[in-house]
Amino acid sequence: MYTQALNTRETTTESSPDADRFQARIDAEERIEPNDWMPDAYRRSLVRQISQHAHSEVIGMLPEGNWITRAPSLRRKAALLAKVQDEGGHGLYLYSAAETLGVTREELQDQLLTGRARYSSIFNYPTLTWADIGTIGWLVDGAAIMNQIPLCRCSYGPYARAMIRVCREESFHQRQGFEIVLTLCRGTPEQKAMAQDALNRWWWPCLTMFGPPDTDSQHSDTSMQWKIKRFTNDALRQKFVDATVPQGHFLGLTFPDPDLHLDEATGHWQFGAIDWAEFRAVLAGNGPCNRERLEARRKAHDEGAWVRDAALAYAAKQRNAA
Amino acid sequence: MATTSIALDESPRIRTLLTLADDALILGHRLSEWTGHAPTLEEELALANIALDLIGQARALYQATGIDEDALAYLRDPHQFRNALAVELPNGDFAFTIVRLFLVSAASDAFWRGAVGADDPDIAAIAGKAEKETAYHVRHAADWLVRLGDGTAESHRRAQSALDALWPYTGELTASADRPAWLHAVGPVLQRATLTPPADGWMQSGGRQGRHTEHLGHLLAEMQVLPRTYPGATW
Ligand SMILES: [Fe+2]
Ligand SMILES: [Fe+2]
Repeated sequence: MYTQALNTRETTTESSPDADRFQARIDAEERIEPNDWMPDAYRRSLVRQISQHAHSEVIGMLPEGNWITRAPSLRRKAALLAKVQDEGGHGLYLYSAAETLGVTREELQDQLLTGRARYSSIFNYPTLTWADIGTIGWLVDGAAIMNQIPLCRCSYGPYARAMIRVCREESFHQRQGFEIVLTLCRGTPEQKAMAQDALNRWWWPCLTMFGPPDTDSQHSDTSMQWKIKRFTNDALRQKFVDATVPQGHFLGLTFPDPDLHLDEATGHWQFGAIDWAEFRAVLAGNGPCNRERLEARRKAHDEGAWVRDAALAYAAKQRNAA
Repeated sequence: MATTSIALDESPRIRTLLTLADDALILGHRLSEWTGHAPTLEEELALANIALDLIGQARALYQATGIDEDALAYLRDPHQFRNALAVELPNGDFAFTIVRLFLVSAASDAFWRGAVGADDPDIAAIAGKAEKETAYHVRHAADWLVRLGDGTAESHRRAQSALDALWPYTGELTASADRPAWLHAVGPVLQRATLTPPADGWMQSGGRQGRHTEHLGHLLAEMQVLPRTYPGATW
């Protein structure tokens, strides 16, 4: 996991033969590669989106990592550890994809650790029970897939290729998460209650993963024009709700939304009003776990400094000896 | 059956399997604690890989006892665990984690290489896979050990102090007849790392008999919390 529509506006005021040729290539569905000419705004926009995505993968290891040592069976422990490891791997490919645009991983990590970069708001919520691990796989990885499948056709080649591999793994995570929730729902009354409680807490934050409503989304126009993005936030959100609600009902769970109903005319599940004030508060750093998440990454970074120094010093000695 | 603990009648074979499995599980558990907190993202993935190998080995060994793997992992008390004390000690800093991984894996490596031709078909089958995995664990730990030992003054100091702290726990890692071979295996790497192996003196022991450090109880309390809180539940 995961990219979220958090970018700020880029305006395409550039008009030049290069810019026209670039847009013509995009319109012809050609892939843009690292050494091709591209508008500065396109480059900036991609660096921001890919690095936010990479940070989200890495920060996302923390809430799930919270349950590795308490996973309730050896099979679940191995599967969770492997899943969290996959997310770290996604972070690595994405940092590499961002590096093709002329930034370094160190700069990007520095932006994260100093609080200048964003990451998906969803990881600022706590994992309180084992059911949260199933629910994250089912809903959070599920939302990631909705968002990322279209990114496999993103105009920027390295990002699109990274997404193909990432999506394969996310859909495996989604199935695995659903299976955890299914097991709980078929288990004891306490287990079923655990699953319901997790859905109650995660449902609304998951809906905000698709970013602000189209009416106030600032960036969609240029991202769509450049084919970085292919569907609007609201369209993706609706797709996710339509796919997920029947799954929840199959599990025998209730969604924490009294307004949720199937609109017979459109065939879509209509949902109630999202609390955008909460979303903005979490993005502004006031979610339940924002401080802990960044603190954990900073601590790992600071306590790892002597290790990275040692590796550099050793490599330098080897070079000198050669 | 809803139960929060199991009693075991340990045949020598089961005892052997549990000794090996508990070493792998507890070390795997300790390594998994690094997830999200390692010095680099690459190392995060490498430690998780090794933890996964070890948890996989533990599962295969538990399964070979014919007793439910989760009952063995989640429903035994500390005194029923047969792991060496070295693997249950808290992770400490990265140097401590790496030195331990190296010293323990060097012992496992020799064991698994020898076990490939074991009479017990289960152990021989597990050894076929474990031998390759463990050889990689030794290589990974040795590469880091050399970088840390021969890196900066600080990394050298940390690696040497981890080595000094862990040495008294190494007596349990091998049968005493196999210790010379183990010393022979670790010596050259320590030398390349410019580290000084402590002289063999008093050795801590007791893990194989179920007499553990204070740390194992905490580790198990965390690991076993769900199955012991909700007896009989399926996860
Ligand atoms: Fe991911
Ligand atoms: Fe995932």
